[in-house]
Amino acid sequence: MEHTVVSATKFNAWFGDNHVVKDVSISIERNQCVAVMGPSGCGKTTFLRCINRMHELIPGATAKGSLKLYADEVYSMNPIYVRYKIGMVFQRPNPFPNLSIYDNVIAGYKLNGLSMPKAELDRIVEKSLTSAALWNEVKDSLHKKGTFLSGGQQQRLCIARAIAMEPEVILFDEPTSALDPISTASVEQLFHELKENYTLIIVTHNMQQAARVSDKTAFFYVGELVEFDDTKQMFTAPKDTRTQNYITGRFS
Amino acid sequence: MDARIKIRNTKSILFKSLIIFLAFIITLPLIIVLLYIIKMGVVQVNWGFLVHAPTPEGVAGGGIANALIGSLIMVGMSAIVAIPVGLSAGIYLSENPGTRLAYYSGLCVDILQGVPSIVVGIVIYFWIVKPFGFSAISGSIALAIMMLPIVVRSTEQTLLLLPASLKEAALSLGVPYHRVMLKVIVPCGFAGILSGIILSIARIIGETAPLLFTALGNVYISTKVTGPMDSLPHLIYIDAKSSYQDQIDQAWGASFILLMFVLILNITTKLITRKWNIQL
Repeated sequence: MEHTVVSATKFNAWFGDNHVVKDVSISIERNQCVAVMGPSGCGKTTFLRCINRMHELIPGATAKGSLKLYADEVYSMNPIYVRYKIGMVFQRPNPFPNLSIYDNVIAGYKLNGLSMPKAELDRIVEKSLTSAALWNEVKDSLHKKGTFLSGGQQQRLCIARAIAMEPEVILFDEPTSALDPISTASVEQLFHELKENYTLIIVTHNMQQAARVSDKTAFFYVGELVEFDDTKQMFTAPKDTRTQNYITGRFS
Repeated sequence: MDARIKIRNTKSILFKSLIIFLAFIITLPLIIVLLYIIKMGVVQVNWGFLVHAPTPEGVAGGGIANALIGSLIMVGMSAIVAIPVGLSAGIYLSENPGTRLAYYSGLCVDILQGVPSIVVGIVIYFWIVKPFGFSAISGSIALAIMMLPIVVRSTEQTLLLLPASLKEAALSLGVPYHRVMLKVIVPCGFAGILSGIILSIARIIGETAPLLFTALGNVYISTKVTGPMDSLPHLIYIDAKSSYQDQIDQAWGASFILLMFVLILNITTKLITRKWNIQL
């Protein structure tokens, strides 16, 4: 059990009266890459956004139940601390347009007003960009604005920005849905390397992507967690008929 | 068939010529006014004109230093009041669009924008001038009230254009709300906000009505903010009515200076939006 990083027990979330996540219990282990899939509106993104408490930023959004990061209850922690520990990458690349590539990577430190020696910052920037497989492409233009990069590069810059904070978990909300196939391939390649050091939770619409990158897959349907199992098991012999129907394309 | 197409083409050309002609027509008044003020005013302007106070009526020489200094002081003071208030209100409105407070303050801003400047002046006259006497401070307050709605709306509109993903990106890094606003959202909208501020200054620097019975006017150079002070538009108003040619010439010179202020401020805004606009 000590390998469990994120665990939810009977976790619920609402938008106003709309019950979007229902009694979800799941436990996610360290250095795993977990794919969360399901049809649109099944609550998978909402669940993801509950994990780093981004859900509550939407007016009328509430959550109830137990959600733990290691042994600590996420909803009793300071949300700012939670977001230090649990990074997030969004659907559309969103580098800060007013900052250079260099400053984008250390944005987590810079915007929080944490001062650090230049050498230390240089090290973090190089390490994060290397981990995000972007260092070779941008090392000569670190002080250009991040928005000059291509969509795929911007998304890797956002990943570097999340890595720079040394989080325990990185959440990905459909990270490749705004990218072309080549950029998608490079980001997927990255998942394999990132899970050596981090725990990854990836929401995706794309079943092939889930099959390619994840160790375990969770299938959400109308707010419930229907099935959570090894990806291989899930795609070859799903236990629940709803999962089977979804995978075989009977509804989507 | 061919003939019909020809007729259509001719109609198109006629229509196009008409709108080009009308577009040209609307620039004429501006150009004529500009040229006339420059022609009448530019000969009056020299160093002495800028640094001396006016001479008594009928005495040659003198300048507009009293009005120049007065305008700068009063516009400066009103900017100090209106910018922080207007910025905060603009940020609030863009951040909480659905709330009741936002609805009513938005409404107030719109109404305030439509209030005639003379009415603002008269309110300040009864509230501040009556108990405390004529002063530059009361003039600045009137100008600040004129300036406020422009700053609020331009800040709000600029920030509303920024994508929500930008805020989420900062929040997801554990950045507290106030730092998200001050370090990410406001800097990203900086060019737009600054343009709004400069335009509002360009708007109030030429206001006469709210100053008529608040700052009153002063023929001497004065920097005492609790006493009467002159301003460019007020000096023009007084001088233009004079029966002495010297005074009328002085009004032309002052008009030219005022026009230059407004022109420079407007051009600056254009340059700022072009240069500093952030590529999203």
